[in-house]
Amino acid sequence: MGAKWFGASVRRKEDPAFLRGKGRYIDDIKLPDMLHAAFVRSPHAHARIGRIVKSAALAIPGVYAVLAYSDLPDVVRRQMLPLLVPHPSISQPLLPYALAKDEACYVGEPVACVVAENRYIAEDAAQLVEVEYEPLPAVNDCRAALEPGAPLAHTGSDSNVAAEFPVSVGDTDSAFRGAAHVFREKIFQHRGGPFSMECRGAVAHYEAATQSHTLYVASQGSHRLKRCMLDMFELGDNQVRVVTPDVGGGFGPKGSYYPEYVNIAVAAMTLNRPVKWIEDRRENFLTTHQERDQFWDAEIAVDGDAKILGVRGRLIHETGAYVPWGIVLPWISATTVPGPYVIPNFKLDVVSVFTNKIQTTPVRGAGRPEAVVTMERLMDRVARELKLDPAEVRRRNFIRPEQMPYEVGIIFRDGRPVTYDSGDYPASQAAALEAADYAGFAGRREAARREGRYLGIGFANAVEATGIGPYEGATVRVSSTGKIAVYTGAAPQGQSHKTTLAQIAADQLGVGFEDVTVVTADTAIIPMGIGTFSSRTAVNAGSSVHLAAIEVCAKAKQIAAGMMECSEQDLELADGFVRLKGAPEMKRSLREIALKSIGMPGFSMAGGLPPGLEHTAYFAPDRATYSNGTHVAEVEVDIETGSAKILRYTVTHDCGRVINPMVVDGQVIGGVAHGVGNALLERMVYDDNAQPISTNFGEYLMPLATDVPHVDLVHLETPSPLNPLGLKGAGEGGTIPAIAAIISAVENALAPFGVIIAEAPITPQRIVELLGEHALGRTR
Amino acid sequence: MADSMADTRRIIVTVNGRTYARDVETRMTLVDFLRHDLDLTGTHVGCEHGVCGACTVLLDGRSARACLMLAVQCSGREVTTVEGLAVDEKLNSLQQAFQDNHGLQCGFCTPGMLMTLSEFLRDHPDPSESEVREVLSGNLCRCTGYQAIVAAALDAARRIREGA
Amino acid sequence: MLGCTRHRCEKTHNIMKPAPFTYHDPSSLSDAVDLLARLDNARVLAGGQSLMPMINFRYAMPDHLIDLNNVSELAYLDCEGDVLRVGAMTRQRDLEFSAEVRSRCPVMTEALGHVGHRQTRNRGTLGGSLCHFDPSAELVNVTALLGGMLHAESKRGRRDIPMADFGAGYLTTDLSPDELLVGLTLPLPATGDGHAFVEFARRRGDFAIVACSALIGLDGDGNIGNAAIALSGLAHAPVRPASIERGLMGEKPAHAAFKAAAAEAGELDATEDAYTNAAYRRHLARVLTYRALERAAARALEKLNG
Repeated sequence: MGAKWFGASVRRKEDPAFLRGKGRYIDDIKLPDMLHAAFVRSPHAHARIGRIVKSAALAIPGVYAVLAYSDLPDVVRRQMLPLLVPHPSISQPLLPYALAKDEACYVGEPVACVVAENRYIAEDAAQLVEVEYEPLPAVNDCRAALEPGAPLAHTGSDSNVAAEFPVSVGDTDSAFRGAAHVFREKIFQHRGGPFSMECRGAVAHYEAATQSHTLYVASQGSHRLKRCMLDMFELGDNQVRVVTPDVGGGFGPKGSYYPEYVNIAVAAMTLNRPVKWIEDRRENFLTTHQERDQFWDAEIAVDGDAKILGVRGRLIHETGAYVPWGIVLPWISATTVPGPYVIPNFKLDVVSVFTNKIQTTPVRGAGRPEAVVTMERLMDRVARELKLDPAEVRRRNFIRPEQMPYEVGIIFRDGRPVTYDSGDYPASQAAALEAADYAGFAGRREAARREGRYLGIGFANAVEATGIGPYEGATVRVSSTGKIAVYTGAAPQGQSHKTTLAQIAADQLGVGFEDVTVVTADTAIIPMGIGTFSSRTAVNAGSSVHLAAIEVCAKAKQIAAGMMECSEQDLELADGFVRLKGAPEMKRSLREIALKSIGMPGFSMAGGLPPGLEHTAYFAPDRATYSNGTHVAEVEVDIETGSAKILRYTVTHDCGRVINPMVVDGQVIGGVAHGVGNALLERMVYDDNAQPISTNFGEYLMPLATDVPHVDLVHLETPSPLNPLGLKGAGEGGTIPAIAAIISAVENALAPFGVIIAEAPITPQRIVELLGEHALGRTR
Repeated sequence: MADSMADTRRIIVTVNGRTYARDVETRMTLVDFLRHDLDLTGTHVGCEHGVCGACTVLLDGRSARACLMLAVQCSGREVTTVEGLAVDEKLNSLQQAFQDNHGLQCGFCTPGMLMTLSEFLRDHPDPSESEVREVLSGNLCRCTGYQAIVAAALDAARRIREGA
Repeated sequence: MLGCTRHRCEKTHNIMKPAPFTYHDPSSLSDAVDLLARLDNARVLAGGQSLMPMINFRYAMPDHLIDLNNVSELAYLDCEGDVLRVGAMTRQRDLEFSAEVRSRCPVMTEALGHVGHRQTRNRGTLGGSLCHFDPSAELVNVTALLGGMLHAESKRGRRDIPMADFGAGYLTTDLSPDELLVGLTLPLPATGDGHAFVEFARRRGDFAIVACSALIGLDGDGNIGNAAIALSGLAHAPVRPASIERGLMGEKPAHAAFKAAAAEAGELDATEDAYTNAAYRRHLARVLTYRALERAAARALEKLNG
């Protein structure tokens, strides 16, 4: 089929409704007789829970229920929420109960659920629920948590270690022993969160007659949540339907299964009325999953020519109060460190540590940005110490394209060896540096210096595992009216799946892109699904749509050949018809063929064909496919205030073949914004008692339109050999190298003062501290 | 302590050219009133403390954060929301520019962006990129990195100047 | 009775809808003043940009909300000779776009450019900003710089409060619960004065961490004849550092004077919070004082040279 739609920047199908204010987000869903939930949450990071007094709350008119742990049904009470990604190295697989059972382990942990006529009344009532707390020592810092005698984040547990595991290849001990140079960096990467514009939310609906639940939820994957609901309530497949409507951003944490969903399902069942819960922004700061803290202590060993002999170190990763995603996040961090470089010997010891804070799970970048910061800081250090151009240090160590597929030697979080399938890392860096006029920077820096201004340039390379399994599916169905529907478990939160997947189907089926409607994330319409996270949907769902559409074409030709009494090989699909090549007026419409395919009541199917003009395919990748990119940041630092401004930002990005270039550009630039935030602005601050301090947008600083620079994009395309369309993931590549590039640029600007930056975010106050006397500038 | 007799007022408010008479609890915010009493769910709630701008509407033609206003304050006033922008179901120049430039991804911040820019482009028909970024600094977007929104705004400005 | 002292009976604090209140919308000043006199636990609602977030978070839970937005007599902006008379309900937007303010009091126009965002200034009022009394608020700073006189009304009568006496503590003014701020009288700078308003904020529209405003007038010899400086972000109220202002008198408006003033500003006491420490605030006070003086002096020189 001619690729008419694939590769085209078609305008999105999603847009007209959104632009008119007719999107259908979770809070737009109104069911008859719907009630509203609000939660009573622990104000302590760690506390034993005693009596819960509900009487005052229940006395308010319009309050229907106040649920505490003891009110939950047996089946819910006796188990923790499910651990979706178990692993033997998790020594303490602790997960929350639907409501805090004996103790609360983070500020915001739900202790009771109030259900009322509207949210205002529910909050009035929630304020009147009195809970007896016995505050316990709280664990605030994941390094301190490992010290002997540290308080325990969970009473009665053995330690604060959730999991420990090594990631290694080769023999780092001997590599380091003989090395010409060994350099060590200790880097701290601060907590931050996804902070999508739409908070979390769900509506639970229970139908007593069939004893079944429908859960509408702003999620990143309906099917996984259905599975969690089945487990939690011990239900049959027919008893749960999960539907994800339009979602206002996710970035990872909307993929988790949260206690609130269980509670409203219980409430809906108990009260026999739908119950809605919409997270407000305060709750969002307290209870939506976040990422980091991470403390890295890493060393690099190089020979006299700056060639890497080995990298080793230790990662202390904070998982927060529970491990909802197991060790996925630190594992991704650890296995991303080697990046595009030849590292024959690698060992990272990872420990995932409990603290009394909201849990950390993958947030855009999913641990990879932190790994890139570490690796790129080490490379910059080598350059500085050996007095080499940082670009040259990378060049001497790149994995070359002719070495593909390249076995890194370590195992990725999907259980498969990290094998880079394709990519040209030297070309990526070269293209980025060229586009950023890296060669001309010295001149720009000098000119600025004469004006008393300090410019810096930094860059970073990253390789990113994308398109991970286990699968995603698609049903392509031509209905009896000739209209085409694509059903998939993909769950978009802005990634434009309804457009890109339609492009793929339209190409195969020879129809207009407008003729294909993509329906996502409803467990009732496709049996199996995983969801949209980790830059996996284009690869998995895209491939499934492609494969399913190919089957539908084959079937259409088969049926048409029967109807037109010709050979299938002589047929082609175009313009909504199956027609004879060379005699295009001989044709049957897809509508006629679809009608034929569903048969007539009482008549046998013609030609012994199976019914329906549809096919369901589940693309199950054998392993990840690797995108890569290079970011170059040019910054100016005001040494008197410590303020850093990004003057110029260049990205080279290779995500294989591109379905819709406009969409990919949007993903990359959007990703850069997260990187800017994490590098310069976003800090989730807690006090020594693990009390969150940054709980509003005035204090947690998101990047504004005046903070994100214009991004110049260069595209490279090395198709993936691992799926039929040659796709790789694009959702996170904008974030992954960004923090490292920006930190490197800021450090470069401050090089005249010998300042080294080993933390993210890097704030003006910190820059002034590091500058010492130099920050006095003209006032000295 | 909650009072069982809620304080309510009758308000008469014009939204997108249509006049509504409603009894509202006085503590109800304008954004909740629009969304829940009038079923105009295009205006979104993002933070309820006046930073994110997702709730931006026009009050008598001037952009305002609907989460920081009470419904009762709008009696006798004119409110314009995103639902009031398209003319006869046809996207206006600003909306079309957003679509043409991929100025939205998840769409959640979009109504607020459109309302802020509607006021801005009316008052500044030929803005520079930095002026656009400055006026957008009161609206958060977590998906686009703003670049496409800026491009859409400048594109819309040009189209409107050229009489589109 | 809830157990022994180890146990604390506590309530949830994650709330984001207003608690119930009784709403009042007077249409005259005298009605507003009457309401304030007789109602307990009442808050006054002006532009809502500071109070509504607090009400949404339930940090403020008034039993009565007195909405001043219909009291049109409180919105006025008049240039009379060498003072600017501004009503408390004058919108920040109207100050921002006033040609008279721009020409006679450009330091206020410059300060307004830093106040929040378009939406904030469309609704926010001068009186509201002053009564909220955020330590970093730009309009509070400028009122201090100009040495404004604030006018309060209650059933007991009218009270004039010099700006220097208006701050009582963090987010607290000298107004009694039954008093309403009705307006200010702001002495206008001399037409030859150069002005500057510089602040350091993390992002556009954020509250300043530290702000410094300055007015410099030059004498016949081109030396500093009068100097006023207001520093925000160091204490609960803007600081008018009298000894720095005095120290500038008679000095040549150049690096040595700015540097000395800046160094002294860097020695002032400063508060701290979870994000910025006192040392950094003092450092910013030093750096921004230099920049403000430099800019104000340059503008004064421009005016001198015509």
